[in-house]
Amino acid sequence: MKHGFQAVLSTGVRSLLLHKLRSILTTLGVLFGVASVVAMLAIGEGASAEAQEQIKKLGSQNVILRSVKPPENLASNESTRVSAYGLTDLDLLRVRESFPGVRRAVPVRQLQQEVRWGDRVGNPRVLATAPDYAEVTGRPLAEGRFLSPEDERRRLNTCVLGYEVARYLIPFRSAIGEQIKIGAEYFTCVGVLLPRVPLSGDPPAPGSEVTGEVFLPLSTGRLWFGDTQVKIRSGSREMEQVELHEIVAEAERPEHVPLVAAAAREMLSRRHKQKDYEVVVPLELLLRAEETKRIFNIVLGSIAGISLLVGGIGIMNVMLATVTERTREIGIRRALGAKRRHIVVQFLVETVVLSVGGGLLGIALGLLIPFFVEWYADMRTIVTPGAPILAFLISAGIGVVFGLYPAWRAARMDPVEALRHE
Amino acid sequence: MKPAVAELKDVRRVYQMGATEVAALDGISCRFGQGEYWSIMGSSGSGKSTLLNILGCLDRATAGSYSIRGREVSTLPDDELSALRGREIGFVFQSYNLIPQLDVLENVLVPLQYRDDPPADAEERAMQLLRRVGLAERVHHRPTELSGGQQQRVAIARALVGDPAIILADEATGNLDSKTALEILDLFDELHREGKTILLVTHEPTVGARAERTLRLKDGKVLEIRENRATAPGAA
Repeated sequence: MKHGFQAVLSTGVRSLLLHKLRSILTTLGVLFGVASVVAMLAIGEGASAEAQEQIKKLGSQNVILRSVKPPENLASNESTRVSAYGLTDLDLLRVRESFPGVRRAVPVRQLQQEVRWGDRVGNPRVLATAPDYAEVTGRPLAEGRFLSPEDERRRLNTCVLGYEVARYLIPFRSAIGEQIKIGAEYFTCVGVLLPRVPLSGDPPAPGSEVTGEVFLPLSTGRLWFGDTQVKIRSGSREMEQVELHEIVAEAERPEHVPLVAAAAREMLSRRHKQKDYEVVVPLELLLRAEETKRIFNIVLGSIAGISLLVGGIGIMNVMLATVTERTREIGIRRALGAKRRHIVVQFLVETVVLSVGGGLLGIALGLLIPFFVEWYADMRTIVTPGAPILAFLISAGIGVVFGLYPAWRAARMDPVEALRHE
Repeated sequence: MKPAVAELKDVRRVYQMGATEVAALDGISCRFGQGEYWSIMGSSGSGKSTLLNILGCLDRATAGSYSIRGREVSTLPDDELSALRGREIGFVFQSYNLIPQLDVLENVLVPLQYRDDPPADAEERAMQLLRRVGLAERVHHRPTELSGGQQQRVAIARALVGDPAIILADEATGNLDSKTALEILDLFDELHREGKTILLVTHEPTVGARAERTLRLKDGKVLEIRENRATAPGAA
């Protein structure tokens, strides 16, 4: 004879199997509720991990100052003019010398130059920068070295290629030592960077187009290409004069980031007449991403909560009907010696079996959803081991909470009345 | 005089019907001795069912005392009343009252399942009883797969499994054809010869006459207590 709980459990399962369709339909509410909890957590975790990774790539300890072309003066209708705007060398000096908590600051100039090796030509981003750039922005080398202080000081024609550029220009051998033509000058390649995992903001690489970057010393860039750049745009020639396109300031410690950001905003607003700059703080983006994730979780959590509540009410409804339907059985069991608590346990077990059954199916479905989301929507999802456990506990809790009332109703019946029930 | 298994002393059961009180039982006294075979008779409305509920510990007397094996029942709390039913009363109902989702063996085991200390040999005991009532071949059938007579045999096995003080049969033959009814009554006779105490509630004189003694009720009072000498043990 099966004893105690095992007997109660097997009786409960059999009572439920007596009405298979009803039992399955009853579990659907909890099933979908639990599935959405599991899927929601997986998608939320994935999105947040992705955001954090992207922001870390920008450097969570960095504050990025960027030149932004101010809104055009509509009154001017000259077809050719020079617009001067953006960050200056003086700004860089101020950041380096007078900002508290800044360890180093790296200037970046972006050049509009063609890059050529033999008959292979491309238009990657050409950046003139300082030797610290690779370290500050966290770009490891695949081979060779990055730009050196020597290159900078002596204005040498050296360059470092991004992985994609190196593969595009010189597909089948090492680019180290090759002469790369940038604009009208030849540069010796001294290093190649590791490929960068593409950020979602990057443009995709279409067929022949080259993505990635070419780096050369800031001093050399100034020497050959000057500060003025000509953009030819739909018939009109536009000349831009920008000293620096970007200053990447690295804080000594992560806690200093807000301080550096505030100092940068204050300094720039004081020194620049127009808003020709922006300050990007990856750490702030990180915090904003966290906040977005929190709101996302609250919204999805409420939806999941509502469907679980509806599921629970559905189960309670069916159990109340079951109790009425089985009044006579309750009477028989009471006559044969069942105490009230035996009846409570019996119906509670049935309710919990229903909700946990729905919960387990829901977990299975909830684990499948992220898989398909990843497959079709190309979104990253992360299933934490806590999610299925949480979902399981929730479904068991629903069984207990929504089972108590029907079970109590069953136990409270008068045995004499129950036995007389047809 | 045989020791009393159950004893009623001036038992009253009053129902509240709106403003008026109706006494379904109005001062019943009776003593059921160990191993005796009684029938309890009366027309409908005589208080038969109310008495059955009190004897079966399903209901409590409004006044008076009811004791089983010397233990006062009328003041027990609900849980102890349940335990007492499981241990001392073996019910046999008119409509068998087997639990449909359980098989025959499991149905027989139900009373033991609710005991705080289920006996270790419960299953053997149940099997032995099922052999005894001739259903050893059907232990894994569902009640719906059995005839009425077979179902009532299962119910009798279930009533016996806990070795109760009293077998309480409520119109146990009421739903059966006369041949099957006789078989069931023969089974009761057999149990009586083995020393079981049996109380048979019925309205059929032929059934009631099979018992040793008859308690006849009318309007909630004892009309008569009669010895049925014609059917002394062994005469069947």
